[in-house]
Amino acid sequence: MKFTLSWLKDHLETDASLAEIVERLTAIGLEVEHVDDKAGLKPFVIAKVLTAVQHPDADRLRVLTVDTGDGKPPVQVVCGAPNARAGLIGAFAAPGTYVPGIDVTLSVGKIRGVESHGMMCSERELEISDEHNGIIDLPEDAPVGTSFAAYAHLDDPVIEINLTPNRPDATSVYGIARDLAASGLGRLTGGGIMPHAGEGLCPVKVTIEAPELCPGFALTLVKGVKNGPSPKWLQQRLIAIGLRPISALVDITNYVTFDRGRPLHVFDAAKVAGNLVVRRAKDGEKVLALDGREYTLTPEMCVIADDNGVESIAGIMGGEHSGCDENTTDVLVESALWDPIATARTGRALGIITDARYRFERGVDPEFMVPGVELAIKLVLDFCGGTPSEIEVAGYAGHKPKIVSFPLSEVKRLTGIEVPREEALGILTRLGFEPKGLSDVVKVEVPSWRPDVDGKADLVEEVMRIHGVDNILAQPLTSHDAVNGKILTTLQVRTRAAKRALAVRGMMEAVTWSFIPARHAELFGGGQTALKLANPIAADMSDMRPSLLPGLIAAAQRNADRGIGDVALFEVSGTYEGDGADQQRRVAAGVRRGTAKLDGSGRSWSGNAGPVGVFDAKADAIAALEACGAPVDRLQIEPGGPAWYHPGRSGTIKLGPKTVLGTFGEFHPRTLDGVDASGPICGFEVFVDAVPEPKAKPTRTKPKLELSPFQAVKRDFAFVVDKTVEAGTLVRAALAADKKLVTGVSVFDVFEGASLGAAKKSIAIEVSIQPVEKTLTDEDFEALAKRIVENVNKQTGGVLRA
Amino acid sequence: MATTKPKWWQSPDRESFAVNATAGNLEALEGSLLAEIAAAADEAAIEAVRVSALGKKGSVSEMLKTLGAMSAEERQVKGPAINGLKNRVTEALTQRKAELKDVAIAARLAAEKVDVTLPVRQSPAERGRIHPISQVVDEIAAIFGDLGFAIAEGPDIETDYYNFTALNFPEGHPAREMHDTFFFQPDEKGERKLLRTHTSPVQIRTMEKQKPPIRIVIPGKTYRQDSDATHSPMFHQVEGLVVDKSANVANMKWVLEEFCKAFFEVPSVKMRFRPSFFPFTEPSLEVDIQCDRSRPGEVRFGEGSDWMEILGCGMVHPNVLRAGGLDPDEYQGFAWGMGIDRIAMLKYGMPDLRAFFDADVRWLSHYGFRPLDLPTLFGGLST
Repeated sequence: MKFTLSWLKDHLETDASLAEIVERLTAIGLEVEHVDDKAGLKPFVIAKVLTAVQHPDADRLRVLTVDTGDGKPPVQVVCGAPNARAGLIGAFAAPGTYVPGIDVTLSVGKIRGVESHGMMCSERELEISDEHNGIIDLPEDAPVGTSFAAYAHLDDPVIEINLTPNRPDATSVYGIARDLAASGLGRLTGGGIMPHAGEGLCPVKVTIEAPELCPGFALTLVKGVKNGPSPKWLQQRLIAIGLRPISALVDITNYVTFDRGRPLHVFDAAKVAGNLVVRRAKDGEKVLALDGREYTLTPEMCVIADDNGVESIAGIMGGEHSGCDENTTDVLVESALWDPIATARTGRALGIITDARYRFERGVDPEFMVPGVELAIKLVLDFCGGTPSEIEVAGYAGHKPKIVSFPLSEVKRLTGIEVPREEALGILTRLGFEPKGLSDVVKVEVPSWRPDVDGKADLVEEVMRIHGVDNILAQPLTSHDAVNGKILTTLQVRTRAAKRALAVRGMMEAVTWSFIPARHAELFGGGQTALKLANPIAADMSDMRPSLLPGLIAAAQRNADRGIGDVALFEVSGTYEGDGADQQRRVAAGVRRGTAKLDGSGRSWSGNAGPVGVFDAKADAIAALEACGAPVDRLQIEPGGPAWYHPGRSGTIKLGPKTVLGTFGEFHPRTLDGVDASGPICGFEVFVDAVPEPKAKPTRTKPKLELSPFQAVKRDFAFVVDKTVEAGTLVRAALAADKKLVTGVSVFDVFEGASLGAAKKSIAIEVSIQPVEKTLTDEDFEALAKRIVENVNKQTGGVLRA
Repeated sequence: MATTKPKWWQSPDRESFAVNATAGNLEALEGSLLAEIAAAADEAAIEAVRVSALGKKGSVSEMLKTLGAMSAEERQVKGPAINGLKNRVTEALTQRKAELKDVAIAARLAAEKVDVTLPVRQSPAERGRIHPISQVVDEIAAIFGDLGFAIAEGPDIETDYYNFTALNFPEGHPAREMHDTFFFQPDEKGERKLLRTHTSPVQIRTMEKQKPPIRIVIPGKTYRQDSDATHSPMFHQVEGLVVDKSANVANMKWVLEEFCKAFFEVPSVKMRFRPSFFPFTEPSLEVDIQCDRSRPGEVRFGEGSDWMEILGCGMVHPNVLRAGGLDPDEYQGFAWGMGIDRIAMLKYGMPDLRAFFDADVRWLSHYGFRPLDLPTLFGGLST
């Protein structure tokens, strides 16, 4: 919402400065977004060119002598404008003036050897238009030596407020003045309208066939008008707020729209056939609107039609056919009420943003429907002459005011500040509310222009904003012991821990889009209809991700395409199994690409990093699970994973037969092709929300530590097994051989070779043995070794390598 | 020395001279032994000298043996002299041995020298980074955790009810349109899920399952159909909610001022509360924070003459309390919301929001945080 200071002062009698007004507007909730006070144009004066001669050294330049008024001697100016001539009156900038359009502060300078003491300016140089074909050329009567800005009416500051959607009353200069006056910044004036007695009934009748969309319609006919340009002051106001003056009749509708928040429409009566009908559009009905574009309508939309068809899209834009022009002699002035929701929907569907829609979808003052016509009639008669008919009013049942029961104690309860009764009621009254009653609970009648006020909290807001939010002093929130118990949930703690743990492993945390291309989603088990956006922002951001991996793989590839191929990325975030509130999973995932190994990437004098692979991903997955509190010593690793992995180089991490905690591996070549990525690349996903909650324990005391006094020893074994035997099985068998003595088993060598025979391999393990009761004798060791060998043999068929 | 005639103690039958342990002989022997010790170049040479002097048949040992055959008077004179010789030779041997050991160690160390300017591999923890969004969420949790707030979360895919209706957005209200919502296809019942446009649905979900007093902050992903340098179709918000029987605007001002001071790590901030509008709060306010933007690419809070909008807030609308199952005449509270990405950009100076979601490792390396930089109030939020 834009207006000028002088316009505001039509309705606000005030001594306040521009700065005070601006500050107050923001303080009462009418946030000033921009003030264009044209202060920069103050130094420009009207000046007259006395002589203009050719520059001695430049074909395109002329040397002017310029009279800048006030009896000062003429100054010499070098000018390149083609229209520079003796006798021209224009805008002059003296040395020292900042010229906004060229971003230069002038100084006395020599141009091709001739001194120039200032500049005659073009409109573009003053930033008042894009005109730059020549310097400003003013009429002969322009007063030399006076302010150009004042002469051109550019000295009226323009204020733009960022209006919240709840304030239809402030879509008008009058409404804004009312708010300012209520806050004590002046007196509200210029609201009264003297109705003009019409002659005879309005010959055009109105039938409302869609009363649910049009609760009222007022129409009048003014005959014998002369539609020329509107007065200069009106044109200047419209230009100042960014509108284009068209003709007196059209300008009047715009003026009333901004002055009183009351959009109007004018029809050229000669082009209206028969009576007007307010109805829903027929499906597919078309109308050529005033913006020159044709719109196709649906029955959701309300129109004003005559015998020719649709003449106006209700509340949004009139039709080209019945629009007014310079030949209009009889004009129909419409002031109607349109359903806010339907207007908003129609405007949205058609993609039309107009000042009328802006007001109707917020809700115009129903009680100002008829005064709006009266104001328009007055202006039409003033500017265009003519004879008005009486006003035809259809459908309007009158406004039934809302009454809000308002305990004055609510102000203190909600804001914490006590506002004296007289002040609270005074504020409401000045805003147009009518508080009644002497008790602590007053009945407040809400004015017709405030559809946003429904309840007592709304009235608290009115009192608070006018009383001044700054008057409310901060008060500490009193402490409640253990309001919420734990600050972070287990899932949140685990999420944080997983992030830090993965970052410690040299990975960088990415935040990738929750929506990914459909083909990526399908490759990773997603793509179902329920997870497809109906209105994605881009075609490749259409599907909610079933996995974090496609986003991470694509991100790693983007880095590779920029020349950084060794990257390790992770993300701990949501994936979507369905659209239910409980179908969003919390997943930690990561990828490594190139040689981005745990202990460094690339080549080094101390040894080169090899390509990343399944075991890098496995280590990351287990680290993430450990950070999440999963019992890592009880995890089972099963070969193979979901289809997007390399079938022979991937694994699934389980806890018990049913709980899948994660997957890891290298990727299937088809997956990488599908996401346009290339390897070597590996990745993992860990389901943070699948890790069992820790058991509630009565105490944080850790179990007692038993340290054996006997020396721990290590023994090596090498077994020859079938190639198909999994190392994990062998390790478990060795561990199980004596659960008391065997405390650890590590695999230190895996070997395949002809000497072992085809389909065989050797797995060498180191077994850690911790005697607990006594030092073991040679016999004890032999017995233990025998048990290990026997159990491994039993579980894997392996035999000790000779 | 090699050219001189061998001394008596160097001759194969020097034992026979033992009896001649005269003062002059002892002196000569000592001089000779000490010279040999000093000349010994390695441990083996030292050992040879030791054997020749102190071994079973060593020159000094032989002299010692002669003591037994001496008269008491003679022994009284020669005993201390010979023993003194023995002690001095022993000490010289020990000392030389130690010297030789030092030399050997020095030689080994010299041989072991490496070029320590060779670069080492960076440790993983130095390379890893935490995304600024996670870091700022942790900062927010540290601040509000200290004020007794719990962290609450909710789903990204929401129903129209939780995202709009329960939050007092009337059907068709322009405020709904302002949200640029992402929708899913309607299901069989015609219900259309959406991507939450704000974190406020979690207010309702929390009130539904928890009785007041409630103090929560809600960080999370939010989505709007919007994209430019400061808008992204996916972004992050943090929302706060306090519901009890007395929380008011004055308390809200206090909480938000405390937060801004703590978050921007300045001793004081000036905030401007402007009346505004949100469907889910009444009264509603927007908050600007005083700042200095005179330095390019940098914003300083707690100083300057500029105002920057930072958050929206207000008293929870009675209809929202009702939707949460609470009686607005018994309970009251306040809520606020702000952009995590935005306050991260303000605090740490990232110029473009879109880069947050690009996973460019150069950006992450520069704007990301080290894995062990855990924000705490006692250690300072940022380092």
